Amino acid sequence: MSKRSVADLKIGERATIKSFNDQWMSLKLLEMGCLPGAEVCLHCKAPLGDPICLNVSGYCLSMRKSEAATILVE
Amino acid sequence: MSSREPAGLQPARSSRIDSLKASPVLALIGNPNAGKSSLFNQLTGLRQKTGNFPGVTVDKKSGTCMLDVQTEATVIDLPGVYSIYPKSPDEQIVTDILANPVHPDYPDVAVVVVDSSNIRRNLLLFTQITDLGVPVVLALNMLDVAKQQHQEVNAVKLAMRLGVPVVRVNARTGEGLDLLKKAVIGQLRQPTLPERLFFDPAQDVAGLIDDTKARYGLTNNYLALQYIIQHDGFSFLNPSQRVGLDEIIDKHQFVETEFQAKETIQRYQRIAAVVTDAVTDSRPLNQPTWSQKMDRVLMHPVGGYIFFALILLLIFQAIFAWAQPFMDAIDEGVAYLNGALKESLPPGAFTDLLTDGILAGIGGVLVFIPQIAALFLLISILEESGYMSRVMILMDRIMRRFGLNGRSVVPLISGVACAVPAIMATRSIGTRRERLITIMVTPLMSCSARLPIYTILIALVVPDQHVLGFLNLQGLVLMGLYLLGLVAALLAAWVFKKLLRVNERSFFIMELPTFKMPRWNHVGLTVWESVRAFVWEAGRVIVAISIVLWVLASYGPGDSLDQAEAKARQQYAGQPAAAIDGHVASERLEASYAGRFGHVIEPAIKPLGYDWKIGIALLSSFAAREVFVGTMATIYSIGGSDADDESTVRERLQAERNPETGGVMYTPALAYSLLVFYVFAMMCMSTIATTYRETKEWKWPAIQLLYMTGLAYMSAFAVYQLFR
Repeated sequence: MSKRSVADLKIGERATIKSFNDQWMSLKLLEMGCLPGAEVCLHCKAPLGDPICLNVSGYCLSMRKSEAATILVE
Repeated sequence: MSSREPAGLQPARSSRIDSLKASPVLALIGNPNAGKSSLFNQLTGLRQKTGNFPGVTVDKKSGTCMLDVQTEATVIDLPGVYSIYPKSPDEQIVTDILANPVHPDYPDVAVVVVDSSNIRRNLLLFTQITDLGVPVVLALNMLDVAKQQHQEVNAVKLAMRLGVPVVRVNARTGEGLDLLKKAVIGQLRQPTLPERLFFDPAQDVAGLIDDTKARYGLTNNYLALQYIIQHDGFSFLNPSQRVGLDEIIDKHQFVETEFQAKETIQRYQRIAAVVTDAVTDSRPLNQPTWSQKMDRVLMHPVGGYIFFALILLLIFQAIFAWAQPFMDAIDEGVAYLNGALKESLPPGAFTDLLTDGILAGIGGVLVFIPQIAALFLLISILEESGYMSRVMILMDRIMRRFGLNGRSVVPLISGVACAVPAIMATRSIGTRRERLITIMVTPLMSCSARLPIYTILIALVVPDQHVLGFLNLQGLVLMGLYLLGLVAALLAAWVFKKLLRVNERSFFIMELPTFKMPRWNHVGLTVWESVRAFVWEAGRVIVAISIVLWVLASYGPGDSLDQAEAKARQQYAGQPAAAIDGHVASERLEASYAGRFGHVIEPAIKPLGYDWKIGIALLSSFAAREVFVGTMATIYSIGGSDADDESTVRERLQAERNPETGGVMYTPALAYSLLVFYVFAMMCMSTIATTYRETKEWKWPAIQLLYMTGLAYMSAFAVYQLFR
């Protein structure tokens, strides 16, 4: 349970962002409103499961699964 | 700490305050999808143009706008960004301008356009821009969307908390434009700047900021921080300034990424406080919006692809069927004009140049307008509605394997009509490397100009019979050629991916916009702009090449053409007049410069099975593939009025004998060799011109021409030798 990331979420599942494990990527994600403590919800996935779409701070953000894996959640 | 504040906020050029410039510069800045382009169109109408920012390869959209009766402002539409830290060359320009007050496009006032339904994220960029010391007007857009989502934005409270003028606008309808102009005039006369920086880096790293300000003569604390963090990126810094900044960073042991992350988090915390005060949010929790319900359907593992396939079908239908009557009409119109000119003007070289050279060339350009307009109409509707972002997500995983991006789908589809608008459509791809790869491989998709060539050669060598009872063999071969092009495009992309090892991390973090009704004036502008660009930019090249080719095919050294004509008239004296005209045309062509060139290149194309006649067709179709069939008709001397009738060309080709073997010239080996050659060869001047225009370097069209011609030559060689 300790190292769960946004990439592990199921559709409709909610989670709170804890930290990031890739500093370069985290700068972009922070700017897009993925802040530690913010709640995210997995909104939908592309048919092959990648990329994914997240609801975060009131809008929809899409990213690749590899990028989602850098966002660790509680 | 507070004693330092005023120093950090000195406007960059105080001289601007007292005299209102005759032509002030207004920059529109905002997040993508915030309605920046709508506002730009509202402000400038049709008084806009696309140019370049000095020294960089980014399109600059600018226009003019009357702020009041005597003040005409230049309005610049800057690329959409999420923050002052750039992620692509397009975004770099925003930072380069705003951090450099001596830049020619540095704005007197920056209008920051904000999507009110997503105000937190939009304010991040706003706070960075005010902190740089640029006089700002905040334009609250999309208030109607916010209202639908049960959010009320209090503009007065926002203005008080942020310390800048705030205006409510509706960029779609133009509401609030007068107030916006008044606010801009106010900021021009007497700039109101916030009393303190929203985020002051000197609170944490005072020594670093003071050292930087002292060394580079800066007054603004946040600008000093930007010098430090972006010292490698700013185009206006020279190498010694960069080394100096490196020294300051080392001295203070400053970690850029860590500080940047801290800045973003602190800004968001303060924005949250402002938003809590100024925005009432009564959104019901956990209720999926209409847009989100649509996504569940459009991204469904099965339904999503079916819907996409239907959209593709619609696009193909529009390009091939709906555009056809308009293309025929243009064709006939040009042919009529051509005939009328030939009849009314005295015969001679000038008339021939005007009709067969210039007018034929212009006709060749105009005939593609319906396809380009239809294509861009549909594509811009898909983009405006928000569906295109979904397609990119659907295709990203598959395209990524080949070094492409989800965004490459659009150009590849468009390539089936014409590579020119397809390459223009690559502008939506953010990563330069992926955009470049897409541009490089798009011409491998079989465009509509190849279709006549395919049709005539297939009819020549593939028997018109059915396999498995219902599949037409000729149709199968035709489909095979389209697939060959697609497979070649993907493989070429894969090779480019291996070769172009740029130090640029690909990423796909993308805002998924909500579904919207297309703004029809935007759709119209997009269609108009792409047709105009095609006609003026690519059209000039096509016309020039047509004229050159006409000259080469109509003239020869000395009186060699007249000699050839006399010889032909003597040789075929007993035949009907139409047949003699045909033979004369053929002999004259052989004696012309183009004919001589055909003989010169014959040794090079011999291994592919081609003779000098095909050589001329290759040469003439270099400008545009569609010329091939017409040239073949001329070369194989079919006189009379039905020179372009494909069945007669076919009969003539079938009758052609190989002088060396005595057998038929057009063996299956030769026909397949030619087919493969045309699938791969870069035979299109307008594509080369477009690749140059979009990459702004001659290197790329040159590489494209070389690799595609090389591929065509080698494959045609292999096919001919294999089937011979």
